[in-house]
Amino acid sequence: MNRFRTMLSTKRDAGAFIPFFMLGDPSIDQSFELICAAIQAGADGLELGIPFSDPIADGPVIQASAIRAAQAGATVDRCFDLIARIRRDFDIPIGLLVYYNLIHRRGLNNFCERAAACGVDALLAADLPFGQHDRFADAVAACGLGSVYLVSQNTPDERARRILEASTAYTYAVGVMGTTGQRESLSEETRGFVRRLRALSDAPFVVGFGVGTPPHAVDILRHGADGVIAGSALIRRIAENPDRFDTVIENVRTFVSDVRTLRERNACSS
Amino acid sequence: MTRTANPPAYGGRYVPEPLVAPLEEVERAFAHHRADTEFTTKLDALLTHYAGRPTPLTFAPRLSERAGRRIYLKREDLLHGGAHKTNNTIGQGLLAHTMGKTRLIAETGAGQHGVATAMAGAMFGIKTEVYMGAVDAERQAMNVYRMELLGATVHRVHSGTQTLKDAINEALRDWIAHADDTYYLFGTAAGPSPFPDMVRHFQSIIGREARAQILEAEDRLPNAVYACVGGGSNAIGIFDAFIGDRDVALVGAEAGGDGQRHGASLSSGSSGVFHGMHSYFLQDDDGQIAEAHSVAAGLDYPGVGPIHAELRDSGRATYKPVLDDDALAAFQTLSRLEGIIPALESSHAVALAMESAADLPDDALLLINISGRGDKDLHTVIADQRTGGDS
Repeated sequence: MNRFRTMLSTKRDAGAFIPFFMLGDPSIDQSFELICAAIQAGADGLELGIPFSDPIADGPVIQASAIRAAQAGATVDRCFDLIARIRRDFDIPIGLLVYYNLIHRRGLNNFCERAAACGVDALLAADLPFGQHDRFADAVAACGLGSVYLVSQNTPDERARRILEASTAYTYAVGVMGTTGQRESLSEETRGFVRRLRALSDAPFVVGFGVGTPPHAVDILRHGADGVIAGSALIRRIAENPDRFDTVIENVRTFVSDVRTLRERNACSS
Repeated sequence: MTRTANPPAYGGRYVPEPLVAPLEEVERAFAHHRADTEFTTKLDALLTHYAGRPTPLTFAPRLSERAGRRIYLKREDLLHGGAHKTNNTIGQGLLAHTMGKTRLIAETGAGQHGVATAMAGAMFGIKTEVYMGAVDAERQAMNVYRMELLGATVHRVHSGTQTLKDAINEALRDWIAHADDTYYLFGTAAGPSPFPDMVRHFQSIIGREARAQILEAEDRLPNAVYACVGGGSNAIGIFDAFIGDRDVALVGAEAGGDGQRHGASLSSGSSGVFHGMHSYFLQDDDGQIAEAHSVAAGLDYPGVGPIHAELRDSGRATYKPVLDDDALAAFQTLSRLEGIIPALESSHAVALAMESAADLPDDALLLINISGRGDKDLHTVIADQRTGGDS
């Protein structure tokens, strides 16, 4: 069974917390250190990105992260090596998030095989919507990877239900109408979206985009999501602390452990 | 329907999920209105009385003498706005208006599509915002002023290469956030479906007119049709009517840049998936999109529309790079011989036609699409002359 499915069913009641990091940001070694810190602080799974030159679904924080990583030499091969290094030390579920051209250029089957060999559990191409590419699902499944498709607030019910059923790892629910990046608060639209998805299917879905703070993350879980992904809220620390990487690590640890603490408090009170 | 069949060889709709529903909405509206009499009547009236169609087909006697072959020019430079872009912005603007959208967004490279969108926005009374790379906004400052004069807001894009590619990225990000009230008026025959087919549809009037005009003038079809290709909208616009005429050669002039740095995706690029489509792109071994270069801002794009990818692979059209210097020379030539100042983009087509004229039979007829006028490029040309052609 896919590591994500196992983890998400174990965490069914509390909900899972999955941080997103750009592989190779700010350097290959520091990226490894940062990801290890998040795992040790209690992350339930990982969503890892390979830098792409033109990330159209991403806001300024993740765009800057991709530029830093690319400048630090994070090629596709080095990103795969970094994932393999993480996999050697940890059994945590690892999702890979890329833009489709990186897969297309290497060849769909080759890319999937390499990802699986490095220990990736699930593959998401941000600009490959469900139904666009017939062979994608087969290629992913043939390598033992789980598939992840996006679902958004403007996805009609019937299509959303099909996406929830087709995603073999989990469905990634785009929490806001917009690009990635933290928002000040959780909107009523986001809460309603989470409730709508929950009513459509029992299949696991995880909410990302716009998750700004630990209370925000826990609020999403409380409304019925199986998990929550935060990226920009963590990654912005790298730019904010250019010469103090220890501070970045500490901030990320605190964020992850705050989510855990709030989640447990929430579980006790409900 | 749970899955589509195998993806089409080129084209497609490779976009994040939040753009799937808006693109389907545009596709449905276009499918409905393209054949709807009320819509087409309005569109025809606007093209005639507002934009100035039909544009003339001009015989170029002194250019013909220089080339040793008879050359005709399709005069999209005389269209309102100064370029072919108006055909598309009036068509899509009318569609957005009919759909009840209250905000238009657009990307622009040279600024011509931005100006044409701002004109459509003003005419239809729809608020318009245009994304433009900061580098392009610098080299096409006059078009920035024109857009603002027409009531549009211009957003300078500082990310990436700060050119057309990045302007498209930013416009897509805007649309992801505002798809409910916003219409993305895409400027070229590229991007996710239905834009390539829709832009082709609205631009195909160029070729329909030109084909009828040259038959009227010469009682025969041209041997070859030339157009510049960036994203590819003016080229598909003039090619479309001739695709079934197997004896008419269709020739696209790509940006050859300085020979090292260029924008020739069809001549030197490779298969990729970007900006919503499967097509040819300039990219590295990992699939990172490369920087394009051209003296003509409108050709400064590392990709090309999927219809041109198909025409290239099938051999129905051929595409060749034209160097910056050769385009600049053609700019001068057409200005001095015919009193017509072409856009630097269109100058690529002129250069390629002049270069290949000798390969055609002595009695050959050549048709060149003058996609826009060159007033916007004067400062680029002046700067090039000052630096002795080393720009």
